[in-house]
Amino acid sequence: MTKLTRRAAILSAAALPVTLGRPALAQSGDPFKVGLILPITGPFASTGRQIDAAIKAWLRANPGAVAGKRFEILLRDDTGVAPDVTRRLAQELVVRERVRALAGFGLTPLALSAAPIATEAKVPMLVMAAATSIIPQRSPYIVRTSFTLPQAVRPMADWAAKNGIKSVVTMVTDFAPGLDSEKAFKETFTAAGGTVAGEIRTPLRNPDYAPFLQRVRDIKPDALFIFVPSGEGSALIKQFSERGLREAGIRLIGTGDVLDDDILNDMGEAVIGAVTSHHYSTAHESPENAAFREAFKAVAPEMRPNFMAVGGWDGMHLLAAALGRTNGDVDGTKLVEAMKGQSWTSPRGPVSIDPATREIVQDIYIRRTERRDGQLWNIEFDKIQGVKDAV
Amino acid sequence: MAAAVTVLLDGIASGMLLFVLSVGLSVTLGLMNVVNLAHGAFGMVGGYVCAVLLNRAGVPFVVCLLAATLAAALLGWVLERLLYVRLYGRDHLDQVLFSIGLVFVLGAGADWLMGARQQLIQLPEWLSGRVEVGGVGLGRYRIFLILLCGAVAAGLHFGLVRTRFGARLRAAVDDGVVARGMGLPVGRIFSLTFALGSGLAGLGGALGVEVLGLDPNFPLKYLVYFLVVVAVGGANSVAGPFVAAILLGVLDVAGKYWVPQVGAFVIYTAMVVLLLARPEGLLARARS
Amino acid sequence: MRVLLHALPWLVAVAGYFLLPEQLPLLSSIAIAALFTVSLDLIVGYAGVVTLGQAAFFGAGAYTAGLLAQNGWGEPISGLLAAAVVAAALGLLTAPLVLRSGALAGLMVTLGLGLMLYEAANKAAAITGGADGLQGAEVWPVLGVFRFDLYGQTAYLYSLSVLFLLFWLAKLIVASPYGLSLRGINGNPRRAPALGVPVKARLTAAYALAAAYAGVAGALLAQTTAFVSLDALSFQRSADGLLMLVLGGLGSLYGALIGAAAFTLAHHALSEASPIFWQLWLGIALMALALFGRGGLMGLLRKLGPRG
Repeated sequence: MTKLTRRAAILSAAALPVTLGRPALAQSGDPFKVGLILPITGPFASTGRQIDAAIKAWLRANPGAVAGKRFEILLRDDTGVAPDVTRRLAQELVVRERVRALAGFGLTPLALSAAPIATEAKVPMLVMAAATSIIPQRSPYIVRTSFTLPQAVRPMADWAAKNGIKSVVTMVTDFAPGLDSEKAFKETFTAAGGTVAGEIRTPLRNPDYAPFLQRVRDIKPDALFIFVPSGEGSALIKQFSERGLREAGIRLIGTGDVLDDDILNDMGEAVIGAVTSHHYSTAHESPENAAFREAFKAVAPEMRPNFMAVGGWDGMHLLAAALGRTNGDVDGTKLVEAMKGQSWTSPRGPVSIDPATREIVQDIYIRRTERRDGQLWNIEFDKIQGVKDAV
Repeated sequence: MAAAVTVLLDGIASGMLLFVLSVGLSVTLGLMNVVNLAHGAFGMVGGYVCAVLLNRAGVPFVVCLLAATLAAALLGWVLERLLYVRLYGRDHLDQVLFSIGLVFVLGAGADWLMGARQQLIQLPEWLSGRVEVGGVGLGRYRIFLILLCGAVAAGLHFGLVRTRFGARLRAAVDDGVVARGMGLPVGRIFSLTFALGSGLAGLGGALGVEVLGLDPNFPLKYLVYFLVVVAVGGANSVAGPFVAAILLGVLDVAGKYWVPQVGAFVIYTAMVVLLLARPEGLLARARS
Repeated sequence: MRVLLHALPWLVAVAGYFLLPEQLPLLSSIAIAALFTVSLDLIVGYAGVVTLGQAAFFGAGAYTAGLLAQNGWGEPISGLLAAAVVAAALGLLTAPLVLRSGALAGLMVTLGLGLMLYEAANKAAAITGGADGLQGAEVWPVLGVFRFDLYGQTAYLYSLSVLFLLFWLAKLIVASPYGLSLRGINGNPRRAPALGVPVKARLTAAYALAAAYAGVAGALLAQTTAFVSLDALSFQRSADGLLMLVLGGLGSLYGALIGAAAFTLAHHALSEASPIFWQLWLGIALMALALFGRGGLMGLLRKLGPRG
């Protein structure tokens, strides 16, 4: 079997000059390939479409070369439900297409399965959506530009405790991000003097929230804290109002995933007055966000950019900033080093990359859903600055 | 006690909806011997028709339901004439291949036209909110579901047993050759039946937008539920799937309410147990 | 001539290793899918028991190998054996439930059991990692020498060797008196008992054998990707496998190979060319094949080359 090892040697020798990276005197417009792996079809397709559109928008808004490099995006669909496919696509993009960075990653298991590839290939892996805390610990090449659930949940729990909410029932989807939020909420809320009167977990595949909400109504807490995957929220909130939980004096609080801007406008009157915490609202008022929305509109006029989109946009910004700092050196390790400690003003507000954890640090906003100019928006009315991911 | 009544009625409502969505599958499988895994796609089409008319054109909800039913029935009729008719009498696995292909095509079409995101609708005022009856609260929409789907089920049962069309259909199924020899237009009967089943799925899809959600993934997302109803109910009557759907609806809702930590286990376990106890279907008489 | 025909798929597979050195991860996934499809052909094509729950065994094997590797036993070949044993045991345990009722009910029982196992794995997050997937599996080098590398060379040769061995084992089994009796049962279930064939026992054995094959396929996936997630147990996987089998053609084992390769390649090429609308083209292809070709791709091939 010396053949095998010889073959490996030949292959890696062939790959060597490329992987080591070229010096910075590369020609202007030299391609820098980014392997973008997203759920483009399947149950989580909307996540992928948002991020894909945001990246196209970013490229449109930033057409020039960065440090002599021109971004070339290779989009792949992992269908959102098959981690082995995500991993294979990552492997292929690295081996065959020789991408300099991997990006995307819609859900936690998908990101986790690809993490070893980033480590072994030594390419930066930008997580633009998946939100479970553990992800960046799985590879020193992972940098996250989305958010983590505890980041969004803890401010919500604090706000609730300070605003007259004494007892809460938590209702989360029974998978890792849901359990993360349940834990984070309970810790923060009870530490602030509140009580969690009930903990409900709903199955990931769940056609009907009604029975769970009926239980909440029977318990009668001051508020119901919810976390469900983006896209499931509207069904839940409609049931919330149809069950008469609002009339029973139960307030609705949650993370912003539930009131996803992508579909918020179709959710109807039921969602008005819901209080959520998140890192981005399309309604955020800043020149950066106005530019982002305009660029996004040019690419996807029928969609409103949501928190997934902003993760994609910032991911591209971060990659460009890192390339600038390395003067166009595409070495993966150097790029990740260059990403650490970057800070900039994102459409969501001021953000930075924590050099210790490679996790984004950002402001978390408390928002209330309101109708403005005939449309529904999450209007920010309070914020907690510089929130790190503290599990 | 009040909680138990609410749970029971919720379960019945969700079971009724499931029935309307899956009864067409049971008809095509049991009566026409076609495995049509694309059945849910007709539900999806109905859902989209309803959502578009309601949201973009402001058409009254009841009219939307009607339009959804007709659109799905029309699509069913066209596809039956053009494509399904070539698959009668073929191997079940070929039918599986074909219908999964059709699901992919229709799903991609829905995606192209409407995008990948969830579709949401706003119910009219008279269907929103809830009413309290003797301390028991029930959503108006759920009452509406029970009444409407109940009427559909009764109509189907009556139609199949009592009408001339029902008699012809049963004759055509029992022995197509003889029926044809007697001068029955077997082909047309099958087309109409297929269109009817598709139309009902369309109605179910439209009714389900509010409860089940709607995106291009709908046909595959709920395929398992449809299959469960047909298998547990038995694929040769209206009453069997009806009882099965209600039973599964109630068990599902009750399981989630009282033993949420067990999750979806309840419904799957119930399914396996029922299948083992009554392999021919819940209400099947012993057949030789 | 015949020998050449039998050798052809393997020559192609080996040529793939040299001609497509950058596509090896894809080729490995084809080999694994092919083994899974062979398992389905054994039970569906030969024994005539249609199942919608074969992923249960695939997943059981994947989790067995994954858990072993996670808990300090990363030796791959013994991992495969353990996966085969666990999956076969699960098959023996559930076979009576599946075989006791009629075709449709039995089919739905397989579906129900598969879904139950999926939920169980989801709920047992402490062991399986739940929806996050099983992490930290450390797989040792194959035969203590060949490390699983980034290019997927070891993974491909390893998966291909296992597929090759098990494929020919399956060939031997279906040509044996036992295999012939299965065909007899499948061809005429009423006559077989009259001839003194113990139908139940034969079918139970076939079910367990197919389960073991699926378990090994699952273990291969777990070992070559060092990751197991719930989708190993999903209904989608069962359905995809069945699709590949029907696409290739039942009851020849070669159909399983062809179907798995064609489906995976088409899926891959289409979704790369058109990430959003690949399902449309795949759907059209499946419909066309169902309408115009009988017996899947194998049927088509037979038509082209009548000398067979």
